[in-house]
Amino acid sequence: MTNSATQSAINTQVEGWNRPREIEPDGDNELLEVAMGPHHPSTHGVFRMDVALDGERIIRLKPVFGYLHRNHEKLGEGQTYLASIPYTDRLDYICSLTNNWAYALAVEKLGGIEVPERAEYLRVIVGELTRVQNHALSVGFLIQDMGASGTPLMYAFREREKILDLFEQLTGSRMMCNYMRFGGCRVDASAEWLDGVRKVVAGLPAFADEYEALLCTNEILMARTQGVGILPPELAVNAGATGPLLRASGVNYDLRKVDHYSIYDRFDFKVPLGDHGDVYDRFMIRLLELRQSIWILEQALKDIPGGPIMDPKAKIRGFRPKPGEAYGRIEAPKGELGFYLISDGGPNPYRYRVRPPSLINLTVLEDMCLGQNVADVVLILGSVDIVLGEVDR
Amino acid sequence: MAVDQQLKIEMGKQGVFVTTLQELYNWGRRNSVWPMNFGLACCAIEMIATTMARYDIARFGAEVFRPSPRQADMMIISGTVTKKMAPQVVRLYNQMAEPKYVIAMGACAISGGPFKQGYNVLKGIDRYIPVDVHIPGCPPRPEALLQAFITLQKKIDAEALTGQERPRFLDPDAPGEFPVPEPAEHDLEPTANQDVWHAPVVIR
Repeated sequence: MTNSATQSAINTQVEGWNRPREIEPDGDNELLEVAMGPHHPSTHGVFRMDVALDGERIIRLKPVFGYLHRNHEKLGEGQTYLASIPYTDRLDYICSLTNNWAYALAVEKLGGIEVPERAEYLRVIVGELTRVQNHALSVGFLIQDMGASGTPLMYAFREREKILDLFEQLTGSRMMCNYMRFGGCRVDASAEWLDGVRKVVAGLPAFADEYEALLCTNEILMARTQGVGILPPELAVNAGATGPLLRASGVNYDLRKVDHYSIYDRFDFKVPLGDHGDVYDRFMIRLLELRQSIWILEQALKDIPGGPIMDPKAKIRGFRPKPGEAYGRIEAPKGELGFYLISDGGPNPYRYRVRPPSLINLTVLEDMCLGQNVADVVLILGSVDIVLGEVDR
Repeated sequence: MAVDQQLKIEMGKQGVFVTTLQELYNWGRRNSVWPMNFGLACCAIEMIATTMARYDIARFGAEVFRPSPRQADMMIISGTVTKKMAPQVVRLYNQMAEPKYVIAMGACAISGGPFKQGYNVLKGIDRYIPVDVHIPGCPPRPEALLQAFITLQKKIDAEALTGQERPRFLDPDAPGEFPVPEPAEHDLEPTANQDVWHAPVVIR
C-alpha cells in the first residue's frame, strides 16, 4: 500500500513524467480483467497484455514480457565477437541482415575497422531488401489482425519469397543469413546475383502499386484504423520511440539521414512523415518507406563498384579490440537498433547490450490503447510492429 | 487387419469398394489435421511461410489454423520454449482434445538449440510432452515442415484401432493429462516428466 502511495507521489511530483493518463470507468460496472496472451494469435509471438475492461473500453493495459527471453546478452558476453553474429540473426528474426549490420557497425567502431566500398553497397542492398520484406510483411500481419484473413498476407509473402530466394543464393540461408562480418561481408555477390536483384527490384513497384490499390482506400480499413491509437509527437519523442512509429507522428528522425552511417549520404531519398500518428498513418508510412527503399535499391544497383569486400587489415578470428566502448546504431526496419559493447581487451566483450527498437516502442503501447475498444488493441499492437525475439532477447 | 490388395482391386473392378474400418478412420483423420495457431519464435515465421501460396500446406489438409486448442489436432512447437513459457505450452497441450499430435520444429524445440546454454531456455519440449516428429534446422525450411507433416500422416495411417499397439487416445488407462511444471527457485519443478522422457544413455 505504502509502495503504491510513494509511487503516485513520485508521479505527480516529477514534471513531464510520461505516465499513461488515468481513464475513469463510466458508471459503476465491474471491471473485467482479461489476459490477452501469451497464446493469442494476434500478439505476434508470446506476449501477454493484462487488460482491464469497462465494457469494451480499455481502462488499464499492462504488457508482460519475458516469454521468449533467450539470454542473448549473457550468451554474447561468454563468446567471441565473431560467434555473436549468428545470434544477432535471431534477435529480430524477420530482418536478420539489419541486425548483423548494426552489430558489425558496433564492432567496427570498437576496433577501428574500415569497410570497403563494395561491401558498403552490398550492405545497403541487402539492408533495403530486408526493409522491403519487413514492411510488406508487417502491413500484411496488421491487416490479417483486422480480419482480412490471408489475402493481403499472401501478397506480402509472395514478394517475400522472391527476396528470400535472393538471400538464400547469396548467403546460403533463407532467414538466418549470418552474412556480415566486421570489416565487410562474408561472400561476394556474383554478377548473376546482382542481375537477379535487379529483376526482383524491377517487379517491386508493381507490387507496391497493387498493394496500395487494394488497401489504401479500402473503406473497412479506413474505418478501423483512422483516429485509432493516436500517439502524440511529444510523447513519442519522450518515450524514445523510433522508426515508422515515430515518423507516423510527424517527427522527422531517420538515422539514415541523421547519423550519416554507411553510404546513405550518396543516395537521394525522402523520409515520409505522418500527420495524425494513428494506425492508418503507420500503415501508410510503411508503404511509402517501401517505395523509398525501392528507389534506394535502384540507385545502389546502378553504381555498385567492384573491389574487395573485406578490409584486409580486419582480423576476424582471434579478434581482440583495445579496451574501450562503442555504440553502433542503424535504422532497422522497426526503428533504431543499437549494439553497445564494452571491451576489456579480451576475446569476449565485457558487456554486450542491445537497444532493441521493438521493446522501446512498446513502452507507449498503454498510452495508445487507453480508452480504445478492445478490438483495436490488436490493431495498435500490430501497427507498432514488434518481434518478440527482439523484445525479450 | 488390412484388406488383401488383390481382392480390393478385383472388387473395385466390379464397382464395389472394400475397406476396413481402421483404414477408413485413419484416412479420414490423416487428411484433416488442424494445427494450432501458435507461434513461439523464429520458426513460426517459417511455419506461416509454409501455409502461404508457395509451399501451401493446404495440399495436405492442414491449412485450417485454429487459435483455440480445443479445435486443434496438432501442435507445432515452433521455436524456443523458455522456462516461463513451458507451463503454458503443457497446459495448452492438455487442453487439446484427443487424438493430438506434436511436431517439434527446429533445434530449440528439440533440445534448446543455439540457446541451450541459457539459464532460461528449456532443453527440449519432449521433457514434458510426447513429441511425434522432430525436425532439425534453425529454422527448418518449409519443405522440412511439410516432410514432417507427411511423416506424421504416415504415423496416423499406421495406427491400430484395437490391440496392445493402439495409441493413447484409445487406451482408457492411458494418462489424459500431463503434469504442468511449476516455476521453482532455480528451475522448473519437476525438471522433466519421467513418464515421457528419459535422460539419454551415453554408450562409450
